[in-house]
Amino acid sequence: MTGSQFPREELFAPGHRGCAGCGAAIVARLALKAAGKNTIVANATGCLEVMTTPYPETAWRVPWIHVAFENAAAVASGVEGAVAALKRKRGKYGEEKVNVIAFGGDGGTADIGFQALSGAMERGHDMVYIMYDNEAYMNTGVQRSGSTPLMASTTTSPAGSLIRGETMPKKNMPMIMAAHGIPYVATASISYPEDFMNKVKKACEINGPAFIQVMQPCTTGWGYPADKTIELGRLAVETGVWPLFEIENGEFKLNYKPLKRKPIEEYLKVQKRYRHLNPEEISVIQKTIDMKCDEYGL
Amino acid sequence: MCEVKVITGTSAAAEAAKLADVDVIAAYPITPQTTCVEKLADFVANGELNAEYIKVESEHSAMSASIGASAAGARAFTATSSQGLALMHEVLFAAAGMRVPVVMMNANRALSAPINIWNDQQDSLSQRDTGWIQLYAEDNQEVLDLVIQAFKIAEDEKVLLPVMVNLDGFILTHTVEPVTLPKQENVLDFIGTYEPKHAYLDPKKPMTQGALGDPNYYMETRYAIETAMENAKKVIADVHDAFAEKFNRAYGNGLIESYNLEKAENVIVAMGSICGTIKDMIDLKKKEGVEIGLLKIRCYRPLPIEMIKDALKNAKNVAILDKSISLGMNKGAIYADVASHLKDKKTVNYIVGLGGRDITPEDILGIYDDVEISEDGKTNWIGLKEE
Repeated sequence: MTGSQFPREELFAPGHRGCAGCGAAIVARLALKAAGKNTIVANATGCLEVMTTPYPETAWRVPWIHVAFENAAAVASGVEGAVAALKRKRGKYGEEKVNVIAFGGDGGTADIGFQALSGAMERGHDMVYIMYDNEAYMNTGVQRSGSTPLMASTTTSPAGSLIRGETMPKKNMPMIMAAHGIPYVATASISYPEDFMNKVKKACEINGPAFIQVMQPCTTGWGYPADKTIELGRLAVETGVWPLFEIENGEFKLNYKPLKRKPIEEYLKVQKRYRHLNPEEISVIQKTIDMKCDEYGL
Repeated sequence: MCEVKVITGTSAAAEAAKLADVDVIAAYPITPQTTCVEKLADFVANGELNAEYIKVESEHSAMSASIGASAAGARAFTATSSQGLALMHEVLFAAAGMRVPVVMMNANRALSAPINIWNDQQDSLSQRDTGWIQLYAEDNQEVLDLVIQAFKIAEDEKVLLPVMVNLDGFILTHTVEPVTLPKQENVLDFIGTYEPKHAYLDPKKPMTQGALGDPNYYMETRYAIETAMENAKKVIADVHDAFAEKFNRAYGNGLIESYNLEKAENVIVAMGSICGTIKDMIDLKKKEGVEIGLLKIRCYRPLPIEMIKDALKNAKNVAILDKSISLGMNKGAIYADVASHLKDKKTVNYIVGLGGRDITPEDILGIYDDVEISEDGKTNWIGLKEE
């Protein structure tokens, strides 16, 4: 599908409480457009949940459930089980396919929700798990998560004179998920909406668990002007920080290869979380990106 | 026609869930609950029960999946014990707050440390403020009957709260007794189908469940649960009475059961399987011409305190047995809840059976003797080894 073929109907309503330039809202909006109306959403605690459902308001035009921080995948397992049981026993939903989508941030997915996610993927539930990755615990005030990249400054991995931000590299969630042997794993970016939406669509159509990690720049956590979200997401892909690929039944496929990778500095210099970096440190990051790109054939 | 099977307490719970034709079971094994979820797995594997069996990776996920399933309109059942129940603690609040009528069997067991798999009631008593209805069984027949009743109570529109059916670990979970199993059509006729109107996930009618409740709304949700708890007292009694009429088995008024309270001055208040032993001792003493009594609490949350007060109106000395301890208070939870309402009586707290320590018939008789002479408000630990 190309952009013009995606429905105009908005299943994620405007008027939510996201920050100006919020990438998470774009994730939800695009994902629902691709998935369509016949979708039930389970949401982990986090930015997306808090900003979209301050009672008595809701931004969700599909059925939506939130229970806690670490259990979106487990709640979605129950929802999927119920849909299957009610279809089989009471003929509910008829022949219609009901998509079950779980949304979790990087903290709720790679850290506290990791066990529930691993369990749900391993059990083979027919669900799509979308990890919206803004690389820190943004809802709590920008603390590091397992998905925070090397040397990024957060409130719990601050850049000081001795320690220069996050000391560990970003957890490789797509490969960990692929190692579960699930039929579909993909990375995506809100700056490449068609690619992202097609992946969501494909993930919904596939029978069994699918995992999509979508990078989502965060104005508040990363420190950049609100109108630069899409631009920054694109820079992440063009510098090789965030390669776009999918792993379908174990088959790796790179979806986008920039003609010439941009230097990492272009991506880092516009973000406050990296402003402490000296040229030497930037070259260390460049080297890690280069190694990763070699690995992915980028 | 009914069928009588000689089965364990956990089997009785599994049979009841099968009779209730549950749609989704999400379960994680833990001693001494495991034989319940094994039995259910067998039922599903053999096609005896048409349900989705979600083999979750933890009790936290068991409860989370049960909430999701119930919110999506399915009848959900799970089972746990001790550490597993403690691991669920966070989501137990969510289940009640989201008003999903999940039914759970809990095999009462002590909590670590030291690790101990044997029976006491610290696990469920520690969950008393989560908004779950808590029912306690005396024997395996009552386990089966309570689980069936639990679905009807939980799914009642005046209640819509999750229900925990408790049975003492090993004492009931692993002991076989003859249990009468009603016919499934009668059970289903009794409990009906779960058709949620208040909250369900259906793309045809989108609904947001589990929203953010700011200070303008949160308190009302707590009050709504309290109101539902209050409603539940009548519903539990009504469901019990209707069950008694249909299946010919009754347990007091459904919330409490009085045993020889009319003439007895010395009485025990207790909960769970120990009530069987106490009843035997009461019968024994009656033959000797001594009148002692028992007030069995069948429903701990909501606690029918007015009924308890009324049932104890003739008592003088009330021994309250706790198989749990609120550390730092040297009192058990039942004592803390009940004694303050019995100002005109002498009340003595007995901490018994922690971590599976035996409670013998002699201990029970000793308590009846002791409550007469012990000072008001005292706590006595029964069977504690001296240094």
